[in-house]
Amino acid sequence: MPVTATTFETIKVETADRICTITMNRPDVYNALNDKLTFELQDALKAAARDREVSVVVLTGEGKAFCSGQDLGDLKEKYVPGYVPHLGDDLRKRYNPVVTRIREMDKPVIAAVNGVAAGAGLSFALACDIRLASEQASFIEVFINVGLIPDSGSTFTLPRLVGLSKALELCFTGDKVTAEEALRIGLVNRVVPAETLAEETSKLAKRLASLPARGIALTKRLLNQSYENDLAQQLEAEAFAQETAGLTEDHYEGVVAFIEKRKPEFKGK
Amino acid sequence: MTSVVETKPMTDEQLILFETDGPVGIIRLNRPKVLNALNPQLMTELAGQMEIFDRDDDIHVIVLAGSERAWAAGADIGDMAERSMLEMYQRDQFATWDRIRRIKKPIVAAVSGYALGGGCELMMLCDVVIASETAQIGQPEINIGVMPGAGGTQRLTRAVGKATAMDVILTGRFLDAKQALAAGLVSRVVPAEHFFTEAMRVARDMAAKGPIALRLAKEAVLKAFDSTLSEGLEYERKLFYMLFATEDQKEGMRAFVEKRKPRFKGT
Repeated sequence: MPVTATTFETIKVETADRICTITMNRPDVYNALNDKLTFELQDALKAAARDREVSVVVLTGEGKAFCSGQDLGDLKEKYVPGYVPHLGDDLRKRYNPVVTRIREMDKPVIAAVNGVAAGAGLSFALACDIRLASEQASFIEVFINVGLIPDSGSTFTLPRLVGLSKALELCFTGDKVTAEEALRIGLVNRVVPAETLAEETSKLAKRLASLPARGIALTKRLLNQSYENDLAQQLEAEAFAQETAGLTEDHYEGVVAFIEKRKPEFKGK
Repeated sequence: MTSVVETKPMTDEQLILFETDGPVGIIRLNRPKVLNALNPQLMTELAGQMEIFDRDDDIHVIVLAGSERAWAAGADIGDMAERSMLEMYQRDQFATWDRIRRIKKPIVAAVSGYALGGGCELMMLCDVVIASETAQIGQPEINIGVMPGAGGTQRLTRAVGKATAMDVILTGRFLDAKQALAAGLVSRVVPAEHFFTEAMRVARDMAAKGPIALRLAKEAVLKAFDSTLSEGLEYERKLFYMLFATEDQKEGMRAFVEKRKPRFKGT
């Protein structure tokens, strides 16, 4: 079933030009993550990963925010003396699958960060392969303010992006990082004026969608694997991946186009 | 009492496929619709084909492969669900497995996807296991009110030790490829698209060695699972001396001294 045919309540999913755009859609609460939204995100990501008509996935937020993290609105009734939360199970069921689906998907996932990305919302942005941010975007590791640890992969992705010490600072303080600062410390790839974010995202997504899909998929896999491997293992992983890439039609086309001095036409095969 | 005689299913489906590639005999499990579930008929055909390869002097190594999605996702549960104790006892369906255990030539398993229950046990009957990154390995029998019956409790424990074996067998949880490698249950892990080609590469590499040395080395390693250390050491030593009665030993050692590649003949 194509992704577009699925009806969601808390997200919008649109597929066009091989690009699947998933928009978190609870603008009145800054796209806060309730149960429904996290499960719908899981489903949409799974469908996009499987859909042969999709080459690139974009994750963004409706309205002023990208995503403000866990919806705290429904906690009022729960948090009374004697209440014992089980947040570990919550992460395993709701949040972690979102992160692994983004990371393990054989397609580029772009976060178009249109506004505030806080808590798990920031974690989701960090799990994406590339982050484009609007000038109005901001980034906050809010967890410590409620006595929790940065979850949904933040403790993995953040130090890898900004370095250990900066990551610790951001997680300790919960300070808000502006778009400009985020660019400077390597938290985002690019900052663009708010009104051009959609257009710039679309440009990048279209460009990625036109590239050899198998090569892109293998590259993503390898770069992610590099964090777990030593050099010898990584060299071996490259040898296997290159063997696969070398057998694609796109590789052949790329070489022939180069020899014939023309633009290659990749088919994703 | 209902009959315990196997009735052949009315189907042309080939449960296993086999071919040869030079000195490598290849067998593929071929029940894709049921993720290569192992029924007694399949096991009988598998054992039969393995014995044929084992007797064939032109075959030096056997590769046993599943599909990319599943090596073998266990036994045919539907077939066993309503059987009585006596039926199971008289049918003795695991007797076939002993025939595979007695295959003398090295068996390389090409494992991708599910290797569960009987699938895991079959994998452990093989000698070298090449696993795809997607491999999911386990003994989930406990989830359906039974336990491993084709060697799981014995071979898994010998392969990975008591702590991991108990964890896997008593909880029914799966090991992924990386965990299985760390536990010593598989030999190598490769990307999914290469699990078969890598198994073939390993098999061809082995097939270029002296076939008698291969067989005796396999026998000696298996002896480690079935003897005390001193018995095993004695056994190993005898097999080692035995190889000095072969031409391949002379050829191998001379080639080494003369700094050239050996040409083994299996004599």
